[in-house]
Amino acid sequence: MDPGSYQMLLIDLTERRVETLPLARELFEKYLGGVGLGARLLLDYCHPGADPLSPQNPLVFVASPMAATLVPAGSKHALVTKSPLTGMIGDSLTGSFWSAALRLAGYQALVVTGAAETLTYLFIDDGRVYFKPASHLEGLGCWETEEAIRRDLRDSRVRIAAIGPAGEKLVRYAGVFNDGTRRAGRGGVGAVMGSKKLKAIALRGTQPVRVADMAGMERECFNLYKVAQDAPTEKYRVLGTPANILTLNRLGALPTRNFQQTTFSGAEAISGERLYESHLVKVTACSGCPIACEHIYHAGSGPPKPIRTRMDYETLFALGSLCGVDQASWIIRAAGLCDQHGMDSISTGGAIAWAMECFEKKFLGLEDTDGLELTFGNGPAMVEMVEKIAHRQGLGDLLAEGTRLASQKLGGGSDHWAIHAKGLELPGYEPRSLKTMALGFAVGTRGGCHNRSPSYEVDMSARVDRLKAEAGRGAMNRDQEDFAAVLDSLVICKFMRKCFSDFYADAARLYAASTGIELSPEDLRLAGERICHAKKAFNIREGWERNMDWLPGRTLNEAIPDGPAKGVRLTADELTLMIEDYYQARGWTPQGLIPREKLEEVGLGDLWLGPLDTSADRSTGRSTDRTPDRGGFLAPDSTDKPSVKSPDRTTDVGRFPAPGAREKTPGSSTPDGVGHAT
Amino acid sequence: MGWGMQRSFVDCDPEVCTGCQLCELACAGVKEGCFDLELSRIHLVRPDPTVMMSVTCRLCENAPCVAACPRLALSTHPENGTIVPDKVLCTGCGWCIEACDFGAIAMDRRTKTVVICDLCAELPNGPRCVEICPKKALDLTTAEGVAQRQRNRAVRLLASM
Repeated sequence: MDPGSYQMLLIDLTERRVETLPLARELFEKYLGGVGLGARLLLDYCHPGADPLSPQNPLVFVASPMAATLVPAGSKHALVTKSPLTGMIGDSLTGSFWSAALRLAGYQALVVTGAAETLTYLFIDDGRVYFKPASHLEGLGCWETEEAIRRDLRDSRVRIAAIGPAGEKLVRYAGVFNDGTRRAGRGGVGAVMGSKKLKAIALRGTQPVRVADMAGMERECFNLYKVAQDAPTEKYRVLGTPANILTLNRLGALPTRNFQQTTFSGAEAISGERLYESHLVKVTACSGCPIACEHIYHAGSGPPKPIRTRMDYETLFALGSLCGVDQASWIIRAAGLCDQHGMDSISTGGAIAWAMECFEKKFLGLEDTDGLELTFGNGPAMVEMVEKIAHRQGLGDLLAEGTRLASQKLGGGSDHWAIHAKGLELPGYEPRSLKTMALGFAVGTRGGCHNRSPSYEVDMSARVDRLKAEAGRGAMNRDQEDFAAVLDSLVICKFMRKCFSDFYADAARLYAASTGIELSPEDLRLAGERICHAKKAFNIREGWERNMDWLPGRTLNEAIPDGPAKGVRLTADELTLMIEDYYQARGWTPQGLIPREKLEEVGLGDLWLGPLDTSADRSTGRSTDRTPDRGGFLAPDSTDKPSVKSPDRTTDVGRFPAPGAREKTPGSSTPDGVGHAT
Repeated sequence: MGWGMQRSFVDCDPEVCTGCQLCELACAGVKEGCFDLELSRIHLVRPDPTVMMSVTCRLCENAPCVAACPRLALSTHPENGTIVPDKVLCTGCGWCIEACDFGAIAMDRRTKTVVICDLCAELPNGPRCVEICPKKALDLTTAEGVAQRQRNRAVRLLASM
């Protein structure tokens, strides 16, 4: 693959049709790769209003344009789709050998549309694509699937991204797992893959990846490798992210017992320090990463075989303090099962913690839990629930819907303690004692997320009083989101972020050395802003409402009862103030819609199709009725695709090729005058 | 170099290796000018999430690959002991690949000849993989160097019991 010459593979599972399309250089200038390019391809290929679990919802894989090169921690890829958990954009990152293999196979992106009739896996062997039956893989765990496919194909270097039983059963927070320990966890990308009856994508990439400036790349990267062995990455290298447990506990920001408390009596017992002493097996790295943050732990002896799993802070908090479990061995066991079955451990922990509170409040009884004493702190019951969710057995079937839907189904006010934003369970940062983070959770395009809106960093810095909600946080959250969008699109792992002396300038040089595309630091920053707008534009198209930028009832109605932040509140007025401040900082309307001029300013004028119906009570932000026929403001017609150039030639790469022009264009629907606010 | 006449080779300590593959990428980069991992002279092998090590030519004292070549295309470099393929004599038959116990030899699909680690003899800083290894899991060492590492590790372990 020559730098600057990129192609994507469009795979229609329904028709078993495969097409290679060139990706214009302009896309890499505007959206970089990863999440940014993925968001653009989603806008182009998703049928407006598609049910996330229908064939009309594409599953988009986009590699970093710097994967399979020397760029440190740059071998990553994004999965982008319409999330079955949130109904909004679901963009999830993972990394390592699969990302590199995608580029080595000659592709920058895969867009998977339609759905297979029976369970299938794809084998992409450089330029050839095979649709393989996968009935023998049904019900297999993620790692078992990888091993089975490598045996099938008799190649130990084939790289595989797979779903587990949870993805097959459409658990709304199932992930897509690759290379043994890496996960595109959040937002239910695995359920989308399961709905397409696609068990796995296996890659054999043996083509050379070329870069524009090898000498320049070596120079830049060798320096970064040195810095990456130093203080900026010490936390990740030594204890890994589990070091956060004691830090957040000290700050009164460690979500405990379903966000009822902010400190955990068992924090010491489940701390990264303790795990390191008694459970560590090995510290490993992703492909191309000089840091090596991945800490793999064992759960001790136990049937059926010793469980070993990678553990990060988020998993540790979600299956630990959030469920009140203070025994590391049960947490590691539950995390191992999440990996095996292919589920997001944050949402799994969030759903179980919600059910535990329901059980303690007598909303659920022993007859609902099949006799399980589902109380906070009951490790064995938690592990049992993980199994039940993955297989949608008993109460697990309800919890597999995610806390938002589950609480709606259970009713009785249980949504008060369903701790999610836009349906995505909150990660391990207490919003009441981290006010900028609270704003980030509320407005995040993929829901409550610390990665897309990493504003906890603002709160933990000396720049602000983290307990105070005030104007000014909007701009700070905006900057954090733009910065994250650039990292997530280049893609460079966030753990490298402190290794750069001047991030936008350094990253622009790396990008130029890899791709030959020269961007100024300001171009790169603007790309981050553009990408955030593209994601928001998708959400508006798919029915985003002002009241979706909000936080759960507990957060806004209860004061923190314990710890150093005792008595601290976050009121609805304070949250509204910060949200409006954010909209203003973004250049949006007070209702959170994007004006046409703003879209044009960030280079997304083509997304405009007309004003949104802002009549009635939309402006109050509490509207529930929606215009039923909101089509896309994008809506490409069948002859002119807005960003993917029509192919010069149709490359016949399918096993069951259907040469000739493609009649159907994904995302083709009639534009019907819907767009952003005037 | 060191230890008298012993040959130096690139050795990977599996206890330190994190499986990052940077050695493989760097080797392809310096030898081929692009990231053609099939032509890398060192390969990361990671059969399980907790088992990983990079493998390259050990510069065997009685090299089976040299003995296996029916056309006498492989020879041992008189100074540094690296295995040198003769690009004219080599027919790409692959017997040397079969003879190598470590899978250290790769076939170049374009030239139909084999490629083997040459210790980056032309580079002032020695093998690029050793230079790049962020964890210092790779070392340009000798049989005695490896033996010392193992002995020291065993003694430390025994002493702590």
